[in-house]
Amino acid sequence: MTDVFFNGTFIGTVKNPARFIKHIKKERREGKITNLMNIMYDEELDNIEITTEKGRARRPLIIVEKGIPKLTKEHIKKLKNGEISWNDLVKEGVIEYLDASEEEDAKIAMNESELTEAHTHLEISPLCIFGNQAAMVPYAEHNTAPRVIYGAKLLKQGLGIYASNYLIRDDTDSNILHYVQKPLVGTIMWDLMNYDIHPIGTNVVVAIMTWDGYNIEDAIVINKSSIERGLFRSTYFRPYKSEELKYAGGIKDLICIPEKEVKGYRTEDAYVHLEDDGIIYPEAEVESGDVLVGKTSPPRFLAGLEEFKVGIEARRETSTTIKLQEKGIVDTVMITESQEGNKMVKVKIRDQRIPEIGDKFSSRYGQKGVIGMIVPQESMPFTASGIIPDIIFSPFSVPPRMTFSQIIECLAGKVAALRGTCIDGTTFDNENEMDLRKELLKLGFKDNGTETMYDGRTGRQYKVRIMIGDMFYMKLKYMVASKIQSRSRGPLALLTRQPTEGRAKEGGLRLGEMERDCLIGHGATLFLKERFDSDKSVMPVCKKCGMIAIFNKFKNKGLCPVCGEGSEITLIEMSYAFKLLLDELKSLVIYPKLHIEPKS
Amino acid sequence: MNLPKKLQEKYDTLDEKGKQKLLESYANSLAEPGEAVGVVAGQSLGEPGTQMILRTHKFAGVAEINVARGLPRLIEIFDARKIPSTPSMTIYLKEKFAGDEKKVREIATKILELTVEDVIDRTNIDLLNKTVKIYLDKKLLEKYMITTKEVSEMIKKKIKKEKVTYEGNVINVKSPEADIKKLYKLRVKVKDIYIQGVPKIEQVLPVKKGNEWIIKTAGSNLKDVLKIPEVDPTRTITNDLYEIQKTFGIEAARNAIIREASMTLREQGLSVDIRHLMLVADAMTADGTLKGVTRYGITKGKKSVLARASFETALKHLFNAAAHREIDDLTSVVENVMINQPAPIGTGMLKLVVKHDKK
Repeated sequence: MTDVFFNGTFIGTVKNPARFIKHIKKERREGKITNLMNIMYDEELDNIEITTEKGRARRPLIIVEKGIPKLTKEHIKKLKNGEISWNDLVKEGVIEYLDASEEEDAKIAMNESELTEAHTHLEISPLCIFGNQAAMVPYAEHNTAPRVIYGAKLLKQGLGIYASNYLIRDDTDSNILHYVQKPLVGTIMWDLMNYDIHPIGTNVVVAIMTWDGYNIEDAIVINKSSIERGLFRSTYFRPYKSEELKYAGGIKDLICIPEKEVKGYRTEDAYVHLEDDGIIYPEAEVESGDVLVGKTSPPRFLAGLEEFKVGIEARRETSTTIKLQEKGIVDTVMITESQEGNKMVKVKIRDQRIPEIGDKFSSRYGQKGVIGMIVPQESMPFTASGIIPDIIFSPFSVPPRMTFSQIIECLAGKVAALRGTCIDGTTFDNENEMDLRKELLKLGFKDNGTETMYDGRTGRQYKVRIMIGDMFYMKLKYMVASKIQSRSRGPLALLTRQPTEGRAKEGGLRLGEMERDCLIGHGATLFLKERFDSDKSVMPVCKKCGMIAIFNKFKNKGLCPVCGEGSEITLIEMSYAFKLLLDELKSLVIYPKLHIEPKS
Repeated sequence: MNLPKKLQEKYDTLDEKGKQKLLESYANSLAEPGEAVGVVAGQSLGEPGTQMILRTHKFAGVAEINVARGLPRLIEIFDARKIPSTPSMTIYLKEKFAGDEKKVREIATKILELTVEDVIDRTNIDLLNKTVKIYLDKKLLEKYMITTKEVSEMIKKKIKKEKVTYEGNVINVKSPEADIKKLYKLRVKVKDIYIQGVPKIEQVLPVKKGNEWIIKTAGSNLKDVLKIPEVDPTRTITNDLYEIQKTFGIEAARNAIIREASMTLREQGLSVDIRHLMLVADAMTADGTLKGVTRYGITKGKKSVLARASFETALKHLFNAAAHREIDDLTSVVENVMINQPAPIGTGMLKLVVKHDKK
């Protein structure tokens, strides 16, 4: 007797498990039982497990009976004509979904040619082992698995047109690539995912060679004239929001050009772009610190001296300014109402990003790199027919990573460009390399894609032939313009008096623990002290009680609040963080007494 | 200059020029006063640690004793864990026996700890007669060179209350007053009874190394293994640091730390100068007991309150220091970095004192 479990609970026994399963499967294929059900026979435990639970990963397969797949040519013809759909095939019992447990009992053939009597299912396509992203990597069967994964990850970072209505959207941090193209060498997934409507890169001419070491360590050399023609130009959009909030007591924010008397008034320059309504006008050029929407708010607390101030003087300045180290042109200004019914202004800033040294680019195989040099077109190498590459890619990036599809795409792209049709590079099912070579030979080029090239600077012929072809390249969202940072002096954190952290706050670069250890290891003690001087402070310390005292600069005299008059105060240099530690110890009811001794 | 003993011997054999050269290179290889040897040692061990493989592979089907390797093992050594995750011994035999494979295998089976469970075929509980029946495996008995009688006697020794009889390969443990629960418990108890061998040695593996056979074991019991007459006590070692300390003393433990750590690093293809390891081992064993590089070990022994507080569980150290009215003299590096004063190390070691002329 075989136990039968339904969603993990015992429901009964059957005598003949094989017949039972066959019957259930038949009923499912006929549509009498839901096709969301999967059944599995565990021989070891002599159990039958039936599951309809949610959260199982299932995949479609073509049903095979007696070595003949149920999907016929007629089906495909009808599918092509649009007479039937995928769901009809599932209903008809041509295709069924298996989960991981039922897959254990199935014998699945990869190709139709290897079908035997014993097979129960046929794979729809070997491409199914990939997800949507990895299936977009062309010729992936020539690559090592990690590089296919990296390539798939990079595809998500490529700039393009992410949505065709981007102009009326207000996504934070969005990028649009100006001249987008469909790849010459694509896969079936590029068509299925509608990437011809929102592409993520451009086809460029790539030469695989070195260029004076400027493409060392994965860097790429890019043609200056190509950039000037608009290659890889992108626009960065960032929306800013300002809302007229209402507070208790009938007071509210006011969007306007703030009066000079307002608390926290910036310089007059900051408000220069504002129109009479306190909102910036479209197409205004703004830099960091400029006000986009002028706004004043009522005072936070009605206490202290502010109570006696009348009208405008009591109000605070709460304008929306452009983020630090960002610039751009005001693209759109939108005045509307928020959900609560308050007046709300949204200003979208646009910034043109022209490729510069340090911007990140990638092909589709995990071969990412930054621009190492922008070279004028006349200095770039050229072929006998006068073709000048847009990008020079280093050959040293390929062998250690074994990304052969980088080379194959270069070849395929060349063929595609010359014959004028796109090439299908779908993994496991593509125009193979030998055919491409033959075709290239027929088109009048060397079959390995190499060409004789000349140095643009000297005009001399290179001693070796250089591989040149067309490839699909992506500009990735990491650009120098949004990463660059420097600081000499700047803001300090209120609590610790140490420099602030992070680019957005104009922060310093931390000399961390490991760097500290390094200096200690070198014995560079005084340099170490100098580096940690950022919060240096001189503290008056009472000699008697060993606590931080007060120093009256006006009288040039110290006073200990604990010991009172006549206490002896000395000035001690220490880091402010240590003073803070002493204070925290006091809050823990620990008395940290400083013993002051003369320097020996 | 005071040369170490071995160097002095060599020094005496050299000619004048050689002596000069030796002295020079000796002076060059000495650490300078104020050199941050501790920090450098820490860095020199810490950096290779980042390159170490976290989980090492175990090979299926290879006759091998599983020993912890890589970073987990290194952490185990420096933390001076009481019980290593994979205690293991390498037993060398006296020259007389080392070449004879048969004899070595015999010794190995003798060392292996045997419990009743290791020789049973199956067990049965006879509820009618309130008896636990233990069926011994004939082949296993032959392999371990014991008889049913011996096994039953060992059981008798441990279980004095119940009646133990044997018949062929079956041992009956009768307990007339027991109920089912007690019988089950009795069966578990009987299975764990020790028969022969060295306790704690769970696995033995004779391996040929060069011309001689050695025995590798899983489980470690240095004291009892050394009592076996065939074992060479001068070369036999274990990877259990505490056992070495207990058996041979603290200097042996120091050497064991150096040996184990450098072996672990070398296995991963990392080269760390042995002097860094020696320094760490010295710090761990300096006061005669084994101390790990943890907040309970070396750090606990630090004099400075601030230095202790800056490493894990700050509050605990501060409260204890307050309760005991501890005074921090600010003599070490960490404290001085904290209060932003020149630390007494490297260039900060020395101070100039100006003596004023009284005029």
